[in-house]
Amino acid sequence: MEYQAKELFAKHGVTTTLGIVVTTPEEARAAAEELGFCVVKAQVKAGGRGKAGGVKLAKTPDEAFEHASNILGMEIKGLRVNRVLITPATPPQEEYYFSFLLDRANRRYLCIASVEGGVEIEEVAKTNPDAVKQIPINPGTGVDAEKAREIATEAKFPEAVFEQAVTMIEALYRVFTEEDATLVEVNPLARLEGDKLEALDGKVSLDDNASEVRHPDHEQFVIKDETDPLEAKAKEKGLNYVKLDGQVGIIGNGAGLVMSTLDVVAYAGEAHGGVKPANFLDIGGGANAQVMADGLDVILHDAQVKSVFVNVFGGITACDEVANGIKGALEILGDEASKPLVVRLDGNNVAEGRRILDELDHPLVTQVPTMDGAADKAAELAQK
Amino acid sequence: MSIYLNKDSKIIVQGMTGGMGSKHTTLMLDAGSNIVGGVNARKAGTTVELGGQELPVFGSVKEAMTETGADVSVVFVPPAFTKDACVEAIDAGIGLLVVITEGVPVQDTAEVWAYLDGPTNLGGTRMIGPNCPGIITPGESLAGITPHTIAGKGPVGLVSKSGTLTYQMMYELKDHGFTTAIGIGGDPIIGTTHIDALAAFEADPETKAIVMIGEIGGDAEERAAAYIKDHVTKPVVGYVAGFTAPEGKTMGHAGAIVSGSSGTAQAKKEALEAVGVKVGKTPSETAALMREILSS
Repeated sequence: MEYQAKELFAKHGVTTTLGIVVTTPEEARAAAEELGFCVVKAQVKAGGRGKAGGVKLAKTPDEAFEHASNILGMEIKGLRVNRVLITPATPPQEEYYFSFLLDRANRRYLCIASVEGGVEIEEVAKTNPDAVKQIPINPGTGVDAEKAREIATEAKFPEAVFEQAVTMIEALYRVFTEEDATLVEVNPLARLEGDKLEALDGKVSLDDNASEVRHPDHEQFVIKDETDPLEAKAKEKGLNYVKLDGQVGIIGNGAGLVMSTLDVVAYAGEAHGGVKPANFLDIGGGANAQVMADGLDVILHDAQVKSVFVNVFGGITACDEVANGIKGALEILGDEASKPLVVRLDGNNVAEGRRILDELDHPLVTQVPTMDGAADKAAELAQK
Repeated sequence: MSIYLNKDSKIIVQGMTGGMGSKHTTLMLDAGSNIVGGVNARKAGTTVELGGQELPVFGSVKEAMTETGADVSVVFVPPAFTKDACVEAIDAGIGLLVVITEGVPVQDTAEVWAYLDGPTNLGGTRMIGPNCPGIITPGESLAGITPHTIAGKGPVGLVSKSGTLTYQMMYELKDHGFTTAIGIGGDPIIGTTHIDALAAFEADPETKAIVMIGEIGGDAEERAAAYIKDHVTKPVVGYVAGFTAPEGKTMGHAGAIVSGSSGTAQAKKEALEAVGVKVGKTPSETAALMREILSS
C-alpha cells in the first residue's frame, strides 16, 4: 500500500512525506488538525483510487472527518478500505512518472520515466509514446551516479530539478535492489512549489522468495486484517494455498498440476450447474499424513466447499505413501472430515496406493482412476 | 540422439551432501547417470557413499572438473547460496548447469543471467532453471529429479515449465517414449527457455514431434509461438495451465501470475493455435493429440 511504499522510500532516502495512517474518522480529524490543509487517501492495493472517489482534499478537520467517514468501508476494485492516509495537501506544479521493474521477457531490469504526465501515464503512453522513456538496466552493473545521470538526461528532467532527480533515481534504485523489489513506482513524482521534487504517491512490489531468504522485516508489511482468514491459516501451516470462489476443494502436488486441476474441474463443472474450483492448494512432493490433514483441514473450513478433489501424481512420492497420507489424515480429522473426497492417484506404485484406499473403504472416499473422470465426479458431488 | 544431455555426460552435484542432494544423487545413479562427484568446500577430500558408489567430494567446481572431466553440474544448494554456486560453476566453465533449487530471489537469478549473457560466460555455460525438475534423456542420463521410471526412450521431445505436468505427460505417453524431457522451471527469469528447447529438438534427428507445456505469467509462450511459425517444421502439440487463475494471485510458481490482462492462459493458447499448434484442453486431450500425430 501507498503508506508502506513511502516508509520504504524514506528508509532509502527518497524524498517523500509520510503523513498519518488512520482507521477512524475521529483519527482523521485529529490528523487534519495537526497537518492543516490535507488530502484523505484510501489505502488499498489497487490503482484508480482517485477515480473511485477514494482520494479527497480536506480544507478543514471537519471535512477530513466527513471524507474519512465516506471513504472508510467503501470498496475499490473489490477491496474494502480499512485505512486512510492523511497527508499535507501540496499541489504539484508538474507531475512526472518514474519506475524500476523486473523485465521478465528480457531477463533484466527496466526503468520507465516520463516528464509528461504522472498519473495519466497510460494515456500518455498511448497518445505520445515517445514521451515515455524505457531504459534497460543491466542487473550486473546496476545504477550508479553516472547511470542515474544518464537516465535523468534521457528522461529530460528540467534543469531546475535535474540534480534532485539524479539523487532520487539513485535512492529509488536502492529501494529496488536492497529491498528485493520487482516494482518500485513513483506516480506522481511531483515538482512542488520552490522546485522541490517529491514522491507524492508510490507502489512497491516485493519478491516473496527474497523476503523469505533475507528480509525477515518484510513480515511487517503483511496486514493481518486484510488477509483472507483461510489463506492466513494455510500460511501458518506452511501450505501453498490461494482461496478462490467455488465449491470444489482442490488438493494436488506440484504447482502446474494443481493449476491444471483447477481448469479441468472448471470444464467439468460446466455440465454440473457451473460449479467451480474453491481453491489452489499445492502440497508439494512429500504428501505425508500431517500435510494432507493440514490441507484438508483448511479446505473443509471453507463454508462454500461441497466436495474435495485430491489429485496426486506419484513422481518421487509413491502413491502408497499418498494413500497412507489420506488414510492418516482422515484418522487425524475424525468427525471434522465431513465432505465427500474424490481421489485420483496415478504414477509411481499406483496399484498399491489404490489397494490401500479400497481396503480403507471409507464412506466419504471415492476413487476415480483418471484426472478428467475424477474432476467430473467431484463436480457432480458439489452440485448436490 | 537427445538434447543437452546423453550417456557420455559426466555429472557433478553441488550440494550433494545435503538432504535433497544426497537423496536425488542416489536416484540419478539409479537412472544410470554418470555421477562423478560432488562439491562442498567444507567437506573437500572426503567421500560419500550413495547408491552403492563411493563418490569424491571436491572443494570447488573447478577442481571437480579438472579431476573428473565433468561437464554437467546439478545444483541443490539452498536458495540463499544459489547465486554464488551458479557463478562458481560459470567461472569454472561448466557446459550445462541444472539449477533445481526452488525459492531463489529473482534479483539473484537476474544477476546470474546477466553474468551468463555477457563476456563473463567464458565457457559458454547453458543454465536450466532455477526452480525446475531438470532434464532427462531416458535410458541414458538424468540431471535432476524427474522419476526415471515413468517413461523410456522414444520419438517425443518435451519441454515444460512445470515438474508434475512433465511427469503427467510422460506417463500419458509412456508407450511412445521420449528423446529428452526438459523442465525449464516456473520462475520469472530462467536460463533455458521454451524457444531454446524447441530449437534443439528441431535440430535433433531422433525427435519426431514436440510437446510444449506452458502456464500463466509472462509471454514466453507467445514468443515461442512466433518462433515455431518461422523455425520449427516438426509437429508441436501444446498445453497451457491456469485458465481459471484469478488476476494478481501467484499460483505456486513464482512466475505464475496474471498481471492485468497479460499473461493469461487464453492469450497463450490463442497465440499457439494461430501458428498451427494443436492445444489440448486437458493433459489427457493433449496426449491424445500427440498420439494422433505419432500414429499418422
